[in-house]
Amino acid sequence: MSHIIACHECDMLHKVKHIERGAARCLRCSAVLYESKKNSINRASALTLTALILFIPANLFPFLSLTIEGQENRTTLLTGIKALYLQGMPELAFLVFLTVIAVPLFQITGLLYIFTALRFKVLPSFPVLFRYILCTRTWGMMEIFFLGILVSVVKLAGMAKIIPGPALYSFFLLIFAVTAAFASIDDRSVWERFDLK
Amino acid sequence: MKSLLPITASDASMVSCHSCSLLFLNKGIHRLNMANMKCHRCGAILHERKQNSLNRTVALLVAAFIFYIPANVLPVMTVTSFGREQADTIMSGVIHLVVTGMWPPAIVVFIASIIVPVMKLLILTFLVISVKKKSNWRPLERTYLYRMTEISGRWSMIDIFVITILIALVDMGSMATVEAESGALFFAAVVIITMFAAMSFDPRLIWDGAGKNAEPRGIIEENLYPLEKE
Repeated sequence: MSHIIACHECDMLHKVKHIERGAARCLRCSAVLYESKKNSINRASALTLTALILFIPANLFPFLSLTIEGQENRTTLLTGIKALYLQGMPELAFLVFLTVIAVPLFQITGLLYIFTALRFKVLPSFPVLFRYILCTRTWGMMEIFFLGILVSVVKLAGMAKIIPGPALYSFFLLIFAVTAAFASIDDRSVWERFDLK
Repeated sequence: MKSLLPITASDASMVSCHSCSLLFLNKGIHRLNMANMKCHRCGAILHERKQNSLNRTVALLVAAFIFYIPANVLPVMTVTSFGREQADTIMSGVIHLVVTGMWPPAIVVFIASIIVPVMKLLILTFLVISVKKKSNWRPLERTYLYRMTEISGRWSMIDIFVITILIALVDMGSMATVEAESGALFFAAVVIITMFAAMSFDPRLIWDGAGKNAEPRGIIEENLYPLEKE
């Protein structure tokens, strides 16, 4: 019954029709039902590969360094998590690790696997993986962390000298790559490929 | 001639997979065993509406309201600079930014840490009550409210991330240190619990009770039209 679709927000049934561009919205609650995406598989695989490459410098190198009276302190993503853990807040450390490192890494590698497979006309063996990636989407919070970096910089600007590190630029590009990768996914056509099996 | 009365999957005895949108007929010989029926395409468990939606949402909201108090009363971090200690709560952090004239971050933090959590708690409570009373009041606007809470909720995490960055960066021994305090833990709990509350609420319940207000209003676009109702 893939020619009919129920709106996931109000349950109203719609006929599915091919659309050239833009999004098909629910007549009743205007939720997006499906979208037309050009070149989805190529874009998604290229962007997730970019994201995976950027993920390495973004996590290895310091993103900020702070200097007060000649004493310098550099931080990477992991230093903050380690500091939370050492200050007796393992729950918060785990939460930050999950939302800024683990979930994004899982999404990037998972999408790379799925879309590279589709790119070479192979059906990925785990449809469950695609489902998990879509439903963990709100739990990847790299862009919020980036905004957090900017707020911290402004907070400290008066009292110390702050120098942005190489990870800050990689992190910025990484957010773009991940957001664009998610935007280029045409989940409906991916699911339909599993249908034909 | 096509009738424009909306027909839902549930009217048509169909169940839509919440993950991949595949439709299943749930009638006659096709009757699904709803206890443990899985979507054969993506493996998600099928249900007509999110399970136990209202009870789960209420339970999570009560927990969030309770944690909301210590999250705002207790300090979230302590800044020690040349022996002088200053404990900041969520609100005093914002006030500190305003006093020192740093408006842009003050506005960002104020919206993300104060407005968003309060609005989320109030909107979800309102939605749960309106669905419980089977209200038919403005279903479209209520759906918009739901969408807003679902999208904006995660941005409240910004304060937790700022604390994470500050404690790592400002670690200068006797000159300056920042320490995370227990308020941060409660605040993070409020953010996470309300995110789960928004996830467990099923917006389709709004439309189930909307009665005559459930008719589509917009102009019917070329690419979409409702099915004929028999």
